[in-house]
Amino acid sequence: MSENKINNAPAADEDILRQATGDEYKYGFVTDIETDIIPQGLSEDVVRLISEKKGEPEWLLDFRLKAYRHWQTLEVPNWAHLKIPPIDFNSISYYAAPKKNAPHSIDEVDPELLKTFDKLGIPLEEQKVLSGMAVDAVMDSVSVKTTHKEKLAELGIIFCSISEAVKDYPDLVKKYLGKVVSYRDNFYAALNSAVFSDGSFVYIPKGVRCPMELSTYFRINASGTGQFERTLIVADDDAYVSYLEGCTAPMRDENQLHAAIVEIIVEDRAEVKYSTVQNWYAGDKDGKGGVYNFVTKRGLCRGDYSKLSWTQVETGSAITWKYPSCVLQGEGSTGEFYSVAVTKNKQQADTGTKMIHIGRNTRSTIVSKGISAGESENSYRGLVKVAPTADGSRNHTQCDSLLLSNRCGAHTFPYVDIMNETAIVEHEATTSKISEEQLFYCNQRGIPTEEAVGLIVNGYAKEVMNKLPMEFAVEAQRLLQVTLEGSVG
Amino acid sequence: MSSITQYLNLYRDNRADVHSHSVELLNESRDDAYAFLQDKSLPDKGEEGFEKTSIEDMFSPDFGVNICRLNIPVDVAASFKCDVPNISTLLGVVVNDMFVPTATLLKNCPEGVTMMSLSRAAKEQPEFVGRYLGKISPKDNVNVALNTLLLQDGVFIHIGRGVKLEKPLQIVNIFNSPAPMMSVRRVVIVAEEGSSANILFCDHTQTRDIDYLSSEVFEVSLAENSHISICGIEESSNHTRRYQQVFVRQESGSNLYINSSSLQNGTTRNDFTIDIVGEHCETYLTGIAIADGEGTVDNNSNVNHLAPHSHSNQLFKYLVDGKAQGAFEGGIYVAQTAPFTEGYQSNSNLLASTTARMHTKPQLLIYNDEVKCSHGASTGQLDENALFYMQQRGIPKDVARTLLMQAFMSEVIDTIPVEGVKDRMRHLVEKRLSGDFMLCGECGSCK
Repeated sequence: MSENKINNAPAADEDILRQATGDEYKYGFVTDIETDIIPQGLSEDVVRLISEKKGEPEWLLDFRLKAYRHWQTLEVPNWAHLKIPPIDFNSISYYAAPKKNAPHSIDEVDPELLKTFDKLGIPLEEQKVLSGMAVDAVMDSVSVKTTHKEKLAELGIIFCSISEAVKDYPDLVKKYLGKVVSYRDNFYAALNSAVFSDGSFVYIPKGVRCPMELSTYFRINASGTGQFERTLIVADDDAYVSYLEGCTAPMRDENQLHAAIVEIIVEDRAEVKYSTVQNWYAGDKDGKGGVYNFVTKRGLCRGDYSKLSWTQVETGSAITWKYPSCVLQGEGSTGEFYSVAVTKNKQQADTGTKMIHIGRNTRSTIVSKGISAGESENSYRGLVKVAPTADGSRNHTQCDSLLLSNRCGAHTFPYVDIMNETAIVEHEATTSKISEEQLFYCNQRGIPTEEAVGLIVNGYAKEVMNKLPMEFAVEAQRLLQVTLEGSVG
Repeated sequence: MSSITQYLNLYRDNRADVHSHSVELLNESRDDAYAFLQDKSLPDKGEEGFEKTSIEDMFSPDFGVNICRLNIPVDVAASFKCDVPNISTLLGVVVNDMFVPTATLLKNCPEGVTMMSLSRAAKEQPEFVGRYLGKISPKDNVNVALNTLLLQDGVFIHIGRGVKLEKPLQIVNIFNSPAPMMSVRRVVIVAEEGSSANILFCDHTQTRDIDYLSSEVFEVSLAENSHISICGIEESSNHTRRYQQVFVRQESGSNLYINSSSLQNGTTRNDFTIDIVGEHCETYLTGIAIADGEGTVDNNSNVNHLAPHSHSNQLFKYLVDGKAQGAFEGGIYVAQTAPFTEGYQSNSNLLASTTARMHTKPQLLIYNDEVKCSHGASTGQLDENALFYMQQRGIPKDVARTLLMQAFMSEVIDTIPVEGVKDRMRHLVEKRLSGDFMLCGECGSCK
């Protein structure tokens, strides 16, 4: 009996994996609402037009133009372990906004749009306010609605779209915009700085602990557009905030570009927790369509004993190029990075983090779990850098890869640069498939192979899932299920 | 202007001299290499895979090349002090790039074993040598092409079918030149089916104040069921730059051990590219680096698993002091055609000063799910508790530090398959760590 089971196990595995990798994208609907799109192409005039449409002050237009001029001198980066088809930056429309924008209450929001968010299951509507989240939903390029604003305002917390912030709090935005991710940083950061359309702005004043999770939902809807949002989070001394970000896009044959920037500034003893569940459309089974997700995310732990924690669950996008980073400048500051990246079919992901230790006694932890299936390519790329000033700094990195098919790739590219002799840096990585022994052990105890695979994958990703806020953990768990359906119990 | 241009110009202007002072077989591929190099440049700092070492800078000074094969007087006898105690070896000396066999080698070299000058071998048996020369190193590698362009001599080692060589083969490389010089060498090692041999290399610079550049390309082919171990010790000077590229091809059932130890050097860059094309192979790649002053040691490995059921293990340890810089970039590649592969990699480093730098990048590229692969890297310093414990027991701090560093290095030394070499390495590392280490030919401690 048991022998039969062993022999059958691999075949059963294959069935499960085939089912899993055959699962279609569930968020691929298009919302039929009027959209204001500017013509395709990029030039100084387009940059001016975007700025004008948004009624921006002169300094911001200057910032955009500087970025645009710098962008023109750059070449598309090709160092990642990715095959990126050439992108024609002139065939993209750089601004698409739902026409009826800037509503003042929930009643003014386009009902079609509300339905979209209903389908996404995000708690935008008043009835869902009970779930206790403040949501800023960004559709294509414009922030549609920010809930809970009043309640947050009582505490002095600012949570609004970045275009509102430019109007209402120009000094704050001017002070922090582009200070962590300069427009000179890289190709896509320069592009975003030139054409960014909207995004969220969060400011937590001194000593305030944000009482609820702040959340943004991003969705690309219009076809032939790119989404270039920018998020800026500032946590002043002793503040705390947990911020969530989710993304979806409709199914389209052509590739859509998403090039975002997230900047976070953490002051003395403040803490920011940034969680992402990324589920952009990944293209179909043959790799047609899907979102190119080229994102620059970086936080500056400027204050002493500050803390920044990144948690990401990456299941979508045709191509992911993303390295959420921490610059640990303040003494005793802490950086964390927890990531689960799942790729299937022909998806490609090159993702990881950078931990840059500058201050004394800074600590960082990296836990990265890659799961690759189908014919996908999943790479971890991370940098740990210890500057000569970072006495007594400490890093531990653990990055594991799980292979679910014999045609996929799982790669690890860790860079470790140490310039201080008192630093302790460790890196560990393993790559393997689910072991036959573990499956057999479960089978022996009456757990069917399907459930056993689920159990093992869940357990494998648990370390990261545990770091997600409650509401998101449920969604992330569901996403993992959708992505690897059949193999997750 | 890329520094490659000066070498191209040198060749263009002296083509006739180069050809007339070399053997036909080596001349054959020069013009192809010349054409290939036309629009190329050497890798520069910051390029992927060359983060910390600029080959461009390494090659850019105006080094002389001994095209006309002038005899440079050298004290060959000094090299005999490098004899490994307790074991007798078959010794050959390479002065810059010229191979000088010793009397014992000529007398005692067993049947089925060839160790001789590459140019002599190419002259006497062009067809035989041509079967191996340039067959394992890639033609589209810029440095290999540069090596091919200016190559005039080197070493040819051939272990015949089924020959189990007991005595190790030893090559002592002596760098000696009155003026800044570049030596271009090629080492071809062929192990036929079922053969086994241990090969030792050591590098010494005798003219310690002269800038010296060594460009070495190793081509090693292991036929089925052959066992080869290669141990290299580098004890040159801080004016010596070395770019060594080792290319290996392993057939089924072969077993390879490589140790590369840099104890004293200027700028060193070693590339190891090991293609495992047969099943059931074993590969061990190990190394030690002790760098201080302004030295650089940069090891780069690519272990390519192309066939099933093979096992590879990489272990590198660095001790970086002063203003020195250490770099390690390891790679394990598992092709889709290589299920049941086990590949491991480990890199541990000690930083001993505030100005020392260490860069490490252990990489895995996996295209198959039937694998077990792992890598680990750590950088830190000596355990304070261990130091305290030893001091408590009356061991002075300096001695305690040296002991702990030795213990740290011994994990690598213990893997060396030849007992005598293992002891010698331990001795050299001890000398090096306790600070009274000099060129071993001069210190007299090796007598």
